[in-house]
Amino acid sequence: MTDVDYDLIVIGGGPGGYVAAIRASQLGMSVALVEDKHLGGICLNWGCIPTKALLRASEIRHMLDNVDEFGFTVSGIKMDINNITKRSRKVASQLSSGISHLLKKNKIKVFEGFGSLVKVSSNVKKIRIKTKENNIEKTAKNVILATGARSRNLPFVSSDGVNIWDYKTAMTPPKLPSSLIIVGSGAIGMEFASFYNDLGVDTTIVEALPSILPNEDTDISKIVKLNFEKRGIKIKTSSALKSVTTKENSVSAEIITNEKVETINSEKLILAIGIIANTEKLGLEDFNIKIDKGHIVTNEFLETDEKGVYAIGDITDGPWLAHKASHEGVLCVEKIAGHQNLKPIDKTSIPGCTYCRPQVASIGMTETQARSKNLNLKIGKFPFIGNGKAIALGDSEGLIKTIFNKDTGELIGAHMVGPEVTELIQGFSIAKKLETTEHELMHTIFPHPTLSEGIHESVLDAYNQAIHY
Amino acid sequence: MSVDILMPALSPTMEEGTLSKWLVKEGDKVESGDLIAEIETDKATMEVEAIEDGIIGKILVSEGQESIKVNSPIAILLSEGENLSENTISTDSNNEIKKEVQKEVQKNKENVVQINDIKNNDEILKSISENTTKSYFKSDKLERIFVSPLAKRIAKQRDIPLNLIKGSGPHGRILKIDVDNFDIKKIEYPSLNNLESNNFEIVKNSAMRKTIAERLVKSKNEAPHFYLSLDCNIDELLKVRKAINSKSNDEYKISVNDMIIKASSVALLKVPKANASWENENTKYFNNTDISVAVAIEGGLITPIVKNVQSKGLLEISNDMINLASKAKDGKLQPDEYIGGSFSISNLGMYGIKEFSAVINPPQGCILAVGSGEKRPIVINNEISVATIMTVTLSCDHRVVDGAVGAEFLSEFKNLIENPSLMLL
Repeated sequence: MTDVDYDLIVIGGGPGGYVAAIRASQLGMSVALVEDKHLGGICLNWGCIPTKALLRASEIRHMLDNVDEFGFTVSGIKMDINNITKRSRKVASQLSSGISHLLKKNKIKVFEGFGSLVKVSSNVKKIRIKTKENNIEKTAKNVILATGARSRNLPFVSSDGVNIWDYKTAMTPPKLPSSLIIVGSGAIGMEFASFYNDLGVDTTIVEALPSILPNEDTDISKIVKLNFEKRGIKIKTSSALKSVTTKENSVSAEIITNEKVETINSEKLILAIGIIANTEKLGLEDFNIKIDKGHIVTNEFLETDEKGVYAIGDITDGPWLAHKASHEGVLCVEKIAGHQNLKPIDKTSIPGCTYCRPQVASIGMTETQARSKNLNLKIGKFPFIGNGKAIALGDSEGLIKTIFNKDTGELIGAHMVGPEVTELIQGFSIAKKLETTEHELMHTIFPHPTLSEGIHESVLDAYNQAIHY
Repeated sequence: MSVDILMPALSPTMEEGTLSKWLVKEGDKVESGDLIAEIETDKATMEVEAIEDGIIGKILVSEGQESIKVNSPIAILLSEGENLSENTISTDSNNEIKKEVQKEVQKNKENVVQINDIKNNDEILKSISENTTKSYFKSDKLERIFVSPLAKRIAKQRDIPLNLIKGSGPHGRILKIDVDNFDIKKIEYPSLNNLESNNFEIVKNSAMRKTIAERLVKSKNEAPHFYLSLDCNIDELLKVRKAINSKSNDEYKISVNDMIIKASSVALLKVPKANASWENENTKYFNNTDISVAVAIEGGLITPIVKNVQSKGLLEISNDMINLASKAKDGKLQPDEYIGGSFSISNLGMYGIKEFSAVINPPQGCILAVGSGEKRPIVINNEISVATIMTVTLSCDHRVVDGAVGAEFLSEFKNLIENPSLMLL
């Protein structure tokens, strides 16, 4: 092979791209990373992390509203949305500079600019980087595309940053609106609904599918729905957005539910209806790279049909989660490095978390999915009301549901709603990865008193041995 | 003969180890399977078992001795009553020879072939036992198998031994996917492969072979066979045959087999209970004697039927047989010419077979296996004389034909063969 500038160029500095770059550097490759906007990508700057900072604030607000239960009387509480968002931005920028430091430490050359593939006759991969000042070109043996995704608009309604918010405006509102419509009840929609509701905003969720959190197990979804409605969040399921009319300081949304049209007025509206992969302007059309339903097609080790060009994260097939992108980054770099015995990602073992109040976390198949595969099931359910730690915390609403294959004892799904379940789900991730059966889980000693005891009890319940329920 | 107990290999990669503990002392009597010592490597501790009965004659390495090379002798096992003589102790030169042999064997890996090339059988036995030190162990203790709990359970449910599964997880850990992908047909048996090498040819089974296989397996599985044998003196029969054929002017040639067919038919008419077949709810007794005769053809055999033998003479039987055999060899038999029949005859006399037992041709109740006619000394009136004897064996389906019925048939048959004129009756 002719001389190249780098062993690997990664386009995109999100949780897929920067992790891939660091792993490649660890394996002795010379690596460059091209990032147009901000290291850490959407996840760190405008997604996972800043929203967790916001949700922390709304949880505190919820706690302050209920401190009397714990023996406190507090008065004169003031809230400033600008200070809340300011903290959130600070958290994001702290982490972003942390990424910058990590890349430097790993001797990764970072180019600030927009990277795209350029067709050349040899096997070398050429990348054009459009920086603020000029265009530069660099070559590499391999390229990883990790340009992520952006929020989707509808044909008849796009975010305008004023009355119709995208995630950025929703994370940095100039002031709290009095009312808010959130279209879409996936993780993003649910988190914003929980946040704004806790801060006192009149919130309505519009979901086209029959249940909120449509990817979650219906038992979990039902509990969240009850909780949200109890808090005053209006939920409209099986409801399609027909049109949105913007007025000076409000929006008017037409919604069709069961063929009935209804108009809802509110001050602001958030579109949280999914994502579109950032595949444009990457020069892909000159290459043998297939795109299916908007996402780049790869093999099980993330290589596109164009040899030496890989794609990871949100630009590829779902689930569109940061931890899946990072894992793909490591996997594809190790594949490039020629590691043996690599295993493709098992998509039934990718946990998913939603940080609304109450939190939701799950891994593997839902009961509906498992039943559709005609598996013999053993299902365990344990409500947090039977868990001492949860009651002590004053946060005992929720459920842990476990689904086993009755014939083999394989853990095929775990679904949780309740306190800190996003921290608990990793127990099931490890259990699945190590291929434990119900036997090992039942004979694991869980510390008392912890929320994790609920995991144990749920597994025991699947085999009719639960102690505290 | 004394046997060296050798330092075993705890794993394929082990080269040396430590003898951590002797569990026996010199003079101890041991039985095969008794634990005699503990061996340890940096990875594991294993117990060594005696593979033969005997007496520990001499312990060659002391407890705690390190870096003992795999396959070097650690003790000598004597058979009972044997004394330990100087030359049974492994000397260096003895070891040298052993190593040479072992090298030879390993080089070619075809132990069986090697045996012919090496003169000292004693050494070969030793070298082979050295190559199979595994037999010193309880196999389940040999190597720890890394396996996920789920994979272990599924393998157990499917009766797949874990040691046959190649693990794809970290450090060869067996995962669920490895059990799912396990294919018993793809398992390599190294020793077998060595022995077989490429000395075979795969021939696809014809429809006929499959039918034969299916019918015979069905017969042996379902019909409880028993066998009755009898010697028939055929001197008289041969005389009659010669007389008949001498008048033929080459227009016909009656065979012994034609006469056996006729004799069977007459005997069946006399013992109609043997002319029967099993039909689960009922037993079918045939009025006619339709005799199936096994004919060897290319790639298998077939049993064309000489029908209504009871109303046919030898000439007609002979013509039928010639016609049917020729059609069979050309593959031109019509289904009604080979499906059915009430009784079968299989004659391997022309190959010089003395006697044999045939598999019943289902759903018939009996088959008569006919051996060759040969001159044998026989005793008549306390005198030894010579006669041409043919041994016949009747296989009976006990569901239909009991021993007495079979015996009665055979005795009638013998009577007819030995007195062929009775067939005229």
